[in-house]
Amino acid sequence: MPAQTGGRGLLRYLPVLPSVLLLVVFLAGPVLWAFHASFTNAGLTGRNARSPQWIGLENYQRLLVDQVFPLSLGLTVLFVLGSAVVGQNLLGLALAVLMRRARRTVSAVVGTAVVAAWVLPEIVAAFAAYAYFSRDGTLNQLLGGLGLDQPDWLYSWPMAAVVLANIWRGTAFSMLVYRAALNDVPTEVSEAAQMDGAGGWQRLAFITLPMIRGSIATNLMLITLQTLAVFTLIWVMTAGGPANASTTLPILAYQEAFKFGDIGYGTAVATVLILIGGVFGAVYIRLLREAKP
Amino acid sequence: MTAPVKASRAVPSVETRGRSRGRSRSSTPADVSLLLLGACFVLPLFWLVLASLDAEASHETRVPAQASLENFAAIMSPGLLFQPLWNSLVLSAGTATVTLAAAVLAAYPLSRYRSRFNSPFMYAVLFGTCLPVTAIMVPVYGLFVQLNLLDSMPATIFFMATTTLPMAIWMTKSFMDGVPLSLEEAAWVDGASRMTALRTIVLPLMRQGLGVVFIFVFIQAWGNFFVPFVLLLSEANQPAAVSIFSFFGQHGAVAYGQLAAFSILYSLPVLALYVIVARGAGSSFALSGAVRG
Repeated sequence: MPAQTGGRGLLRYLPVLPSVLLLVVFLAGPVLWAFHASFTNAGLTGRNARSPQWIGLENYQRLLVDQVFPLSLGLTVLFVLGSAVVGQNLLGLALAVLMRRARRTVSAVVGTAVVAAWVLPEIVAAFAAYAYFSRDGTLNQLLGGLGLDQPDWLYSWPMAAVVLANIWRGTAFSMLVYRAALNDVPTEVSEAAQMDGAGGWQRLAFITLPMIRGSIATNLMLITLQTLAVFTLIWVMTAGGPANASTTLPILAYQEAFKFGDIGYGTAVATVLILIGGVFGAVYIRLLREAKP
Repeated sequence: MTAPVKASRAVPSVETRGRSRGRSRSSTPADVSLLLLGACFVLPLFWLVLASLDAEASHETRVPAQASLENFAAIMSPGLLFQPLWNSLVLSAGTATVTLAAAVLAAYPLSRYRSRFNSPFMYAVLFGTCLPVTAIMVPVYGLFVQLNLLDSMPATIFFMATTTLPMAIWMTKSFMDGVPLSLEEAAWVDGASRMTALRTIVLPLMRQGLGVVFIFVFIQAWGNFFVPFVLLLSEANQPAAVSIFSFFGQHGAVAYGQLAAFSILYSLPVLALYVIVARGAGSSFALSGAVRG
């Protein structure tokens, strides 16, 4: 009775239903809706909110000729490369490596400091970063104390400020990943290399890093996806300004949809962002599946 | 090739002693660089603490001329502090409860039955976490408008639960995989149904893991700014993450001291929860965090 077993088999999976329902209604649904709405002139208020018209590829054509979109795409790439791929990733690795050599108390204290910035609610971290980089904030007070120039960071160097702030906020994650990875590296291998005369840097480059390359790839994927979605930090610090100089894609999507009320165009931007996230997500899942035996 | 391996295995006690000696020798430069890096991470937090104690705080970092608890006293009112914190609590506890319930139900068949659907389902779920939530907010807002759910606490809770659900399913399943099947089989022999066995045998055994998932989701929901910012409109519903903007006066004046004091009181619960989890299940939390992204 294959049919009956099949029926029973499906019935056994009934408890999965609530999760599937939630995911379909609140995740898959909005993604499909975004895809659809990006082909319409849906608005936040007025006639276009009640009865949006199908306008085909018009929103996407607008993206191509828009002044802000290419800039915003470039700033997003800069933000992700600078603060995640280079900043959080390398600093996290450096911290993890240093912590293995330093005294236990020192690494515990510094670890707590790094994690604190990460555990704080994002809005609090954003305000702290805003105060830190503001014209007479802590950073400029320090620079002044050293007799250096004190630029108005949020105005003259908004991208530098948000990139640094995101490194401050997110490095703990990479640090934790690399600490766990380094702990799993068997000490024998490294010690054998030491006996063969390999120095600290050589051991790191030729032994340790190749052994944790799985963790490196996973970490890079995850921090890229996280950083791609950062909104609050930038919005509080610069609100995308001045003159769009720090408008990344999430900020642009928000502004177009909610500030200018152009839901159709805003969802077109959001769709691009979802597609970028989807590509990275697909690569990430491939990596995970290959890593599994 | 074999010699160093043999040597390192032959003398474990010497190895450990050698390592601890090497540790103290190389530790000073590592200690110093680590402390310098740690200082960079603490600096932005100084402002938060000092300003909260300074009745005349600005975004300058300075030791208050006279330390006072005036800022804390000023925000101790139902409208400013207690209502927003209560809203945060309802939102976070609700999100964590919904997430945990759905995740436990979903994890049970995925952990207990072998099927060729399991692995594609798990990866599809994981793919969901890769989509940038900030990009989904525009379509979700549209969805909420259509369904007339804007400013509804329950709807916001279900949406927030959905965004944390994929990771919760992964974590819960891996905790459940750790509970041996043989224990349930004994209960089935005694005539218990599968759901009874889940409730009376499996869940109590994975209590700690469930606690980790709950706290993990709670912390995320507590710190979430963007979702309630877009979906909850009325002041009476706003959680602390959003109500914090009330410290920005209407004419550009910012009550910095009160903002800092509020930030500290708002952050304390999640800092405490993080310490509980990090103490109780340090490694598993670090790992689950690693997958979460």
